Amino acid sequence: MRRAEFVTAVVLALFSVYLMWKSGEGPEWDTEYIHWANTGVNIDNSGPGKGFWPFYLALGMLVSCIWIMFNSIRRTSPPSQSDEPFMDGYARRMLLTVGGGLIGFLILIDIVSMYFAIAIFMFYYMLFLGRHPLMLSLVTSLVVPFWLYLFFDIVMTKVQPKGMRWMEDAFYNPAGELFRGMSLVSILLCFIVTGAILAWVARSANRTGDA
Amino acid sequence: MDIVSALMDGLWIAVQPHNLALAVIGVIVGLFVGALPGLGSVNGVAILLPFTFVINEATSDPAAPMIFLAAIYYGAMYGGAISSITLGIPGASTAVATTFDGRPMALKGEADRALVTAAVASFIGGTVATLFFTGFAPMLSSVALDFGNPEIFALMLLAFATFIGLGGDDIPKTMFSIFFGLLLATIGFDTISGEPRLVFMNEREQTALLETFGGNTDAVPFFDSVSWFSRGIQFLVLAIGVYGIGEMLWTINASRYKVTMTETKISFSRIMRGIVGMKDCWKGTTIGSLLGFFVGILPAAGATPGSLMSYGVSKMTSRNPRSYGEGNPDGVAAPEAANNSASTGAMLPMMTLGIPGSPTTAVLLAGMVIWGLEPGPRLFEDRPEFVWPLIGSFYVSNLVAVIVNLAFIPLFLAVLRMPFTILAPVIFVLSIVGTYAAYDNMYDVWLMVLFGFGAYFLRVLDYPLAPAVLAVVLGATAEEKMRQSLLLSDGNFAIFWNPFFDRDGKGQEWWIAPVTTWIAVILIALPIILWGVRRMRGGAAAEARG
Amino acid sequence: MKLLKTLTLGAAALGMAVTATAASAFEPSKPIDFVIMAGKGGGADKMARLMQAIVEKNELAGKPLVPTNKSGGSGAEALQYMKGATDPDHTIMVTLNSFYTTPLRQPGLKVDNMAFAPVARMAEDTFVLWVHKDEGINTFDEFLAEVKKRGDKWVMGGTGKNSEDNIITDHLNEAYGLSIKYIPYKGGGAVAKDLAGKQIQSSVNNPSEALGFYESGDVVPIVAFTNDRLPMFPDTPTLKEEGGDFSYFMQRSVVGAPGMSAEAAAYYTELFREVYKSDEWQEYKSKKSLMGDFVSQLDLADYWEGQIENHRTILKASGAIK
Repeated sequence: MRRAEFVTAVVLALFSVYLMWKSGEGPEWDTEYIHWANTGVNIDNSGPGKGFWPFYLALGMLVSCIWIMFNSIRRTSPPSQSDEPFMDGYARRMLLTVGGGLIGFLILIDIVSMYFAIAIFMFYYMLFLGRHPLMLSLVTSLVVPFWLYLFFDIVMTKVQPKGMRWMEDAFYNPAGELFRGMSLVSILLCFIVTGAILAWVARSANRTGDA
Repeated sequence: MDIVSALMDGLWIAVQPHNLALAVIGVIVGLFVGALPGLGSVNGVAILLPFTFVINEATSDPAAPMIFLAAIYYGAMYGGAISSITLGIPGASTAVATTFDGRPMALKGEADRALVTAAVASFIGGTVATLFFTGFAPMLSSVALDFGNPEIFALMLLAFATFIGLGGDDIPKTMFSIFFGLLLATIGFDTISGEPRLVFMNEREQTALLETFGGNTDAVPFFDSVSWFSRGIQFLVLAIGVYGIGEMLWTINASRYKVTMTETKISFSRIMRGIVGMKDCWKGTTIGSLLGFFVGILPAAGATPGSLMSYGVSKMTSRNPRSYGEGNPDGVAAPEAANNSASTGAMLPMMTLGIPGSPTTAVLLAGMVIWGLEPGPRLFEDRPEFVWPLIGSFYVSNLVAVIVNLAFIPLFLAVLRMPFTILAPVIFVLSIVGTYAAYDNMYDVWLMVLFGFGAYFLRVLDYPLAPAVLAVVLGATAEEKMRQSLLLSDGNFAIFWNPFFDRDGKGQEWWIAPVTTWIAVILIALPIILWGVRRMRGGAAAEARG
Repeated sequence: MKLLKTLTLGAAALGMAVTATAASAFEPSKPIDFVIMAGKGGGADKMARLMQAIVEKNELAGKPLVPTNKSGGSGAEALQYMKGATDPDHTIMVTLNSFYTTPLRQPGLKVDNMAFAPVARMAEDTFVLWVHKDEGINTFDEFLAEVKKRGDKWVMGGTGKNSEDNIITDHLNEAYGLSIKYIPYKGGGAVAKDLAGKQIQSSVNNPSEALGFYESGDVVPIVAFTNDRLPMFPDTPTLKEEGGDFSYFMQRSVVGAPGMSAEAAAYYTELFREVYKSDEWQEYKSKKSLMGDFVSQLDLADYWEGQIENHRTILKASGAIK
């Protein structure tokens, strides 16, 4: 833990130095600009330039990082006193499965659209990480994106990414045609019916789990 | 009295069956819109704006469409607390302070009490603010005019001063978090110079990178960094990343898949007990109601500094400040009373000056304009038949909102009863869908998840991240106001602290900025001085022992 | 909103779509992506939501308009988004003068205005010079005298750097030998409020932004930067009457994404012609002192070409571009 704290502080300190340098940068199209020129506190009697505030904030970050390193060496901060490893095998595996799942989810959004990506991610998480029964995982991972679709895309017309063009033509255009024509009552009914199915599956899953 | 009879007429119109029904529907819609992280009241009101045409045709009451929109606004303000408490994700910047104590309460198994406290405190805050609004609207509108750039900056300083103490014991890590949040707020277009700042991987850097690795430099730019970074780091991107992803990863790791959420019971008597228990939170509620309203009526300040300052003040004046952050109901009541009070307060400059104090009131303003109303100093005189029913509906909406909210508490608590292995993916999904819904942009979704991973590592190493989240909200306004003030003063910082500084123009209240600045400076310096004193004493004691 | 639409209405819309395809004209087959090149609550946003409301109310389009705000980087984000639109036939945008100024100032964006489909210009917004009533200034000559006396202690507030407001201020400084100090704000509403609170001395707000304070008597219009007097302020002369040679307008237009088919562009032009003709739009236009007629297709493209050259000259003169 102590080494991790120290290394993180060093990395963040280097990042702060980069930010300080970056703050002094001028606009890309201005070829005559001299680096650091906009970090002054009072330029042309009109107050600080655009780089002033970020520069000193980054300096503040650097100072804080050095202080953190100092504390870490002197063992005055809680992480530097703890003998626990920064990341044990479990944490590494968790990051790989859950974090990797999230990254996969994001990549899938651009290919198979938001709602199908949600279905795949939910199914993966519940079945492989949560060890839930197959039936419950399947139904939940279909009902949740369906609810979100009804709420965001249909009721609130806040459309989510539709993925590749063929996904859109194959699924979303017909579905939009169907649900947008429905009255509010029928949409509420959709919520209730799918909710009832989900509740029924969850109950029977619990019962078999107990038995 | 004139106001009283006008208000009575307004209330009478507001409780007409069709308006009451609209208020109920609006509050329910708002409650869900506010409870889902990301969607928030801005989107709720904006999306449902065209729907008001349907209402107008159905009712032919000029006030009905606005009553509906105001009800959504109120419902969303109540709903914000729900995701803060049950999921631990603040759905809007105004609800960040609610997570500080609301989340620990939920983890202790007092989620029902936290939700009841939030609902009742919101009701009190909203009603107190509406009373002020009714009585003093025209008078208070001039207060907003007295707050120019230096005054708003001084107020921002004061807000910072109150959250210095929020970070915990590790001073350098808290400092890092604040600086980092403020720095994130500077990314994007700078209002004053009109140029982009801190655009990472811009053409220059991309070319350098390609040259280093011997790539084909004709391919520049291969990465559209301008669109990505010039829009700035949005508040929710960091907030949802930190709470929805980072905190969740941390919890999964800490609980090692075993723990389901704590037991949550709900019954009518428990809710009643929660309401009776509100008498212990009278101080937080009072502070929140008053401070929230005052900060809310200042344009550009908005409800976030209001809720934050109320939390800070409530903690500072508490006899037991250590219990804050561990699940003190006062720590839920203060920010919730404040953000509702401030939201009502923010309607005041919107209606009397035509200036929106927040994005949501900006959309409400657009709604009023579409309905042929011209908000401005003359609105109260010219259109009483519209103003008073609307004010009446504030009272009604508040009452409806608290009842609806209490009725829905069992449903929201059901969320906490889900096994953690179902709740966790649902929170991840809501974080991603919510971020996309808020900004219509996949860039922001990727950035949110990256922030989440970073937040996880920093969380493990004990970095407090709430200060960074709040600094992103306040940082942009603070810097803009500081630089606008310095443009006024020819770059002379005395404009902030010197009461005798000669400002251009005539009408300012000369004392506001310096007095506020000095209070803020003292508040910031105090903990540092106390800390120094303690250390010196502690050091002396250690030496004596040695 | 489709909340209250019954199944029958949906079926009717479907029937309409079928007949329209038979006539081989374009008809949207899915919700239309309606991009707003400004943040929520600004002037452009208000106008876009009004247009959307008119379309919904009169059921002018077979599919809903779905507004999304893309305000990043003075519109750079919206322009980039339009350039990369996956379905240009269903992507339109509400735009203003940053449509030209942002690509001029950021050549790195590689945006070509003329590649966008010219759908419709709905109006031109106007600019008026305002001062606080306590300054005791009523005419442009008094204004010039007072501002010359105060030198750089005279402060003008405006929306953004190198924006429309800044261009007008630069013109005043240059043409009349003034040294007005310009302070950029985030939005026109904040400028109007600070003028009413005497935090700044003057502004060049759109009439819609300053109207409330004008009606309450807090601010006074001095000159209008238009060609003819505004009907709402009949006693306020134009700058041209005062001997100046300058007028400035802000377009409020709807454009289609680059690559939009001619049929689709024609469809949207007709759609927004209906919106323009509606009573609501006409009322809004006259109330907010908007000028300009409906301009579309080739005429709009010509108008853009003229405006781009115009802005190039103005920005070069002020040193914002080289």
